[in-house]
Amino acid sequence: MNSTVALLLCGPAAFLATTIMAAGASRLAAATRLVYGATLVISAVLLATAAGHLAGNPGEASATLPLGLPWTGARFRLDGLSAFFLVVVNLGGTITSLYGLGYGRHESLPHRVLPFYPAFLAGMNLVVLANDAFSFLLSWEFMSLASWALVMAHHRDEANRRAGYIYLVMASFGTMALLLAFGLLAGPAGTYAFDAMRTAHPGPFAAGAVLVLMLLGAGSKAGLVPLHAWLPLAHPAAPSHVSALMSGIMTKVAIYGFVRVVFDLLGEPAWWSGVAVLLIGGVTAVLGILHALMEKDLKRLLAYSTIENIGVIFASLGLALAFKANGMPSAAALAFTAALFHVLNHSFFKSLLFFGAGAVLTATGERDMEKLGGLIHRLPVTSFVFLIGCVSISALPPFNGFASEWLVFQAILRSPELPQWGLKVIVPAVGGMLALSAALAAACFVKAFGITFLGRARSAAVERAHEVDRWSLAAMAVLAAFCLLAGILPGFVIDSLSTVTLPLVGERMPVQMAQPWLSIVPIAESRSSYNGLLVFVFITISASLAAFFIHRFASHALRRDIAWGCGFPDAVPAGQYTAVSFAQPIRRVFGGFAFRSRETVDMPAPGALEPARLKVEMHDVAWEIFYQPITGAIDFATERLNHLQFLTIRRYLTLVFLYLVILLLVLALWP
Amino acid sequence: MISQLAVQGAQMLAVLLLAPLLIGFVRKVKARLVRRQGPSLIQPYRDLVRLMRKEVVLADNASWLFRVTPYLIFAATWVAAALVPTFATGLEFSWTADLIVIVALLGSARFFQALAGMDVGTSFGGLGASREVMIASLAEPAMLLTVFSLALLAGATQLSTVAAFMGSPQVGLRVSLGMSLIALVMVAIAENARIPVDNPATHLELTMVHEAMILEYSGRHLAMIELATFLKLLLYMSLISCVFLPWGLDSGGTGPKSLAIGVATYLCKLTVLAILLAVFETAVAKMRVFRVPDFLGAALMLALLGTLLLFVSRSL
Repeated sequence: MNSTVALLLCGPAAFLATTIMAAGASRLAAATRLVYGATLVISAVLLATAAGHLAGNPGEASATLPLGLPWTGARFRLDGLSAFFLVVVNLGGTITSLYGLGYGRHESLPHRVLPFYPAFLAGMNLVVLANDAFSFLLSWEFMSLASWALVMAHHRDEANRRAGYIYLVMASFGTMALLLAFGLLAGPAGTYAFDAMRTAHPGPFAAGAVLVLMLLGAGSKAGLVPLHAWLPLAHPAAPSHVSALMSGIMTKVAIYGFVRVVFDLLGEPAWWSGVAVLLIGGVTAVLGILHALMEKDLKRLLAYSTIENIGVIFASLGLALAFKANGMPSAAALAFTAALFHVLNHSFFKSLLFFGAGAVLTATGERDMEKLGGLIHRLPVTSFVFLIGCVSISALPPFNGFASEWLVFQAILRSPELPQWGLKVIVPAVGGMLALSAALAAACFVKAFGITFLGRARSAAVERAHEVDRWSLAAMAVLAAFCLLAGILPGFVIDSLSTVTLPLVGERMPVQMAQPWLSIVPIAESRSSYNGLLVFVFITISASLAAFFIHRFASHALRRDIAWGCGFPDAVPAGQYTAVSFAQPIRRVFGGFAFRSRETVDMPAPGALEPARLKVEMHDVAWEIFYQPITGAIDFATERLNHLQFLTIRRYLTLVFLYLVILLLVLALWP
Repeated sequence: MISQLAVQGAQMLAVLLLAPLLIGFVRKVKARLVRRQGPSLIQPYRDLVRLMRKEVVLADNASWLFRVTPYLIFAATWVAAALVPTFATGLEFSWTADLIVIVALLGSARFFQALAGMDVGTSFGGLGASREVMIASLAEPAMLLTVFSLALLAGATQLSTVAAFMGSPQVGLRVSLGMSLIALVMVAIAENARIPVDNPATHLELTMVHEAMILEYSGRHLAMIELATFLKLLLYMSLISCVFLPWGLDSGGTGPKSLAIGVATYLCKLTVLAILLAVFETAVAKMRVFRVPDFLGAALMLALLGTLLLFVSRSL
C-alpha cells in the first residue's frame, strides 16, 4: 500500500473518530473548539499531502482495504484528478473549520451540528479517493446523509423540514441514477473496480445512457437545471459554514464524480455528448442567476448563484468533451483547465460569501435583505471581504472569477474548428448565454452587496450589530486573499493543473509561469493574452496617481450634510430601493419567459382612500413543469393503491400467487 | 524599449488630455446643429478645474466606498482606454489585456459606480443603479458577442492583431462585420449614456440613469467621475475607429513619420465620429426606459447572428 494513500485514508478515519468524540462530548462547553480544532488540523494535513502530490507529480498510487463487500474489498486510488479535488475539499475544510471555531459558538444546538460536520468532511474525502463503484456509492451516500443531517440541524423550523425532505428525495434519486450508471459501466461481468471499467469500453448506446445517468446523478447533486430544486432550499437551511461547504465544496465533489466517469471511465466520448452538456450548462447558468436576482434572502441568493457557476463549469466541461471527441486535445485541455480553474475559484468565493452571510446572520439575526442595509458602517471588515467576494464572483478583473471565465471564452473561440454542424450552432449560442450570465451575475452582486451593506439601516437589529469574532474574520480574509492571488497569478494555477489534464484529455496547456511578466497565454501571444498582475498594478498606480494629484492640487474642503431628499425632510429608510425593486427592471426584461411573471397594478377609484397596489406574480417554471406532474402522479398512484392495505388474507394470497405466475411466465418467455 | 515606453506613456497622457476636448467638440457640434452658439470647445476642461476647486459635500452616512469609488472608476477606465490602440498598435503593454479584458474593466468601473449610487440610500441612487445594471446586463453580452465575431475573423482577441487584420486586404466585405459594427455602435451609445438610451444633459427623474447614480457626488469626486465618463466616450470611439477604420495606424517602431501619420489620421477619425454622434443625437428622440431593452435586445441579436454566421460559414 502506498504511503501517501495510506496517509490520506487516515484522514477520513480521523474525521470519523472526531465524529464519535463529538457525539459523546457535544454537550460540553469546549466541544465546539475541540471538534473544529481537530477538523482544522486533519484537513490541513490532508491538504498538504494532496497539494504535495499534485505539485510533485509522482503519478498514481492505489490501495485496497479489506472492507466493504467480501469479494471486492474497498479500493482507493490517488491520481492527478483526485489530488486536485482533494486540495479543493480540504482547503475548503481547513478554512471552514477555522471559521467554525468562531461561528460555531453562536450555534444554539451544537449537538445537532458537531457530530455530523467531521462525518461530512470524511464522506467528501472518501468519494474523491474511491476506486470502485461500491466504495464510491457508499461514500457518496454517506456524504449525502451527513449533509442531510446538517440541513436538518434546526428541524423545528417548518421550512427546514421541507428542505430536508426534498433534499433526501433528490439525493436518493441521484444515487439511484449513479447506481444504474455504474451498473452499465460494469457490464454483464460485474466488474465494480474502476480499473476494470476503464479498460472495458461500453457500446455507443450504453455510453449514451451512462452520460444521461451521470447528468442525472451527479447533476442533481451539483444543481443542474431542472434538478436544482432542492439546492436553494437545502443549502441555506444549514448553518452558514455548512452552507459554505455544501455550496462551495460538495457541488465540486459532484463535478468530480461526473468528470471521473465521463472523462476517465467512459473512454472516448461521442461528439453529441458535448452538445448535451453544453446546452444544459448554458441554460443552468442563465436560469440560476436570474433566480438569484429575484431573491431577497441573502443565503438563497448565494445558493442560486451556485447553480449559475455550476452551469458555467458544465458548459466548459461540455466544450472539453466536444474538443476531445474531435481529436483536438490542445483545445480540450484549454476548456478542461478553464472548468477546473473555475471549480477552484468558485470554492473560494462562494465559501467567502457564505461566511459573510453567516457573519451578517450572527450580527443581526437576519437573512432577509429587506431588513438589512447600512452594514458597511457596523461591520467594516466583513463588508470589505464580502465586497471582494462579490467582485470576484461577478467575473471582474483583476480577481479570480474573471481569469477562469476568460479562459472559458478563449476555449469558445477555438470552436469554429469543430466539424459538426450541431456544435457550430450550439457553441456561439452557449457563448452568448455565458456572457449574459456573467453580466447578470454582476447585476446580482451589485444588488446583494448594495442592499445588504450599503444605504441606510432598514431595521433596528442592524443598528445594534457588531463586528464578528476574529476566527471568522481570519477565515474570510484568507479566502479574500486567495481570490486576489488566484486572479493575479492565474499562470501558477494553470500550471498546477497540467498533471490533471494530461491523462484525461491527452494534452496540457502550454507552460504559463515561463511567460514574461507572468502573463497567461493560452494559445499564442498574438492571439490572446491576459496579465492579471499588470492590470492590478496599473489600476493601483493610476488610482494612486489620481488620488495624489487630487490631494496635491485640488481643494481639500469637505462638508458632511444630510442627503438631499427632494424637499422631504426625515426620509424614512423604507423609502430606499429594496431588493425586489432593484430587480424590477431585470424582472420586466427577463421575467416573462423565465418566470412567466405578471405585474398587475391595482388602482383605487379617484377619491378612494386605500393605497394603490402593485402585485407581482411569478412562477418557478422548472418546478411546475417537472416536479408537480411527478408528485401529482405519485399522489394519484398512492391514492389508488391505498386500498391494497385493507384486503383480506385470501386476497393477499391471491395477489402473491398471481405475482408468482407472472414472474414464472416472464422467466419462461425470456429468450 | 525606452521609445516604446515613451509611446505608451504618450498615448496614456494623450487619451487623458483629448477626452474633454472630444466632449466639448460633440457639444459644440450639437449646439451648432440646432443653431445655438454653444459653449466653447474647452468648456469641459474649465468645468473639471472648477469642480476640483469646489468643496465636497458628503451625505452624513456616506461610507468609505463612496469616497474611494471615483478613483477606482477613473483608474479602471483610464487603464482600459490606454490599452485600446489610438494612433499606434503593438504598444509596449498592449499584450497585458485583450478586448475581453477591456470590456470587463469597464464592467468593473460600472460595478463600483452602481454600488456608490446605492451607498447613501436615496431613491435616486437606487433607481440609477438598478436601471444601469439592467442596461449593462444586455449591453455587455452584446459587446462580448461582437468581440467574438471580431476574434473569429481575425483569429485573435488581441486588439493589435485584430486591427492589423482589419487593415489587411484579406478582410473584404462581410455581412457579419456589418452586423458587428451596428451592434457595437448600439452598445457604445448605451454604454456612454447617450441619446436615445439616456440623456447626459438632463436631471429628469423619469428618464435619468447615469446621472441618477452620480447625483450625490460633488467637487473633486464628481470631477473624477466626469473625467472617467469623457474617457469612456473616447475609448469607444478609439475602439470603433481602430477596428472598423484601421487606416493609418502606426504598427510600432517605424519611426516618427508614420507616428505623425497615425496621430493625424486618428484625430480625423475622432472628428468624423464626433460629428456623426452629434448628428445622430440631434436627429433622434430619447426613448422610454423600458424601450431600451428592445433597443439593446436588437443589438444582442445582431451580434449573435453575426457570430453564428461566422461559426457556420467562415466566408460570410
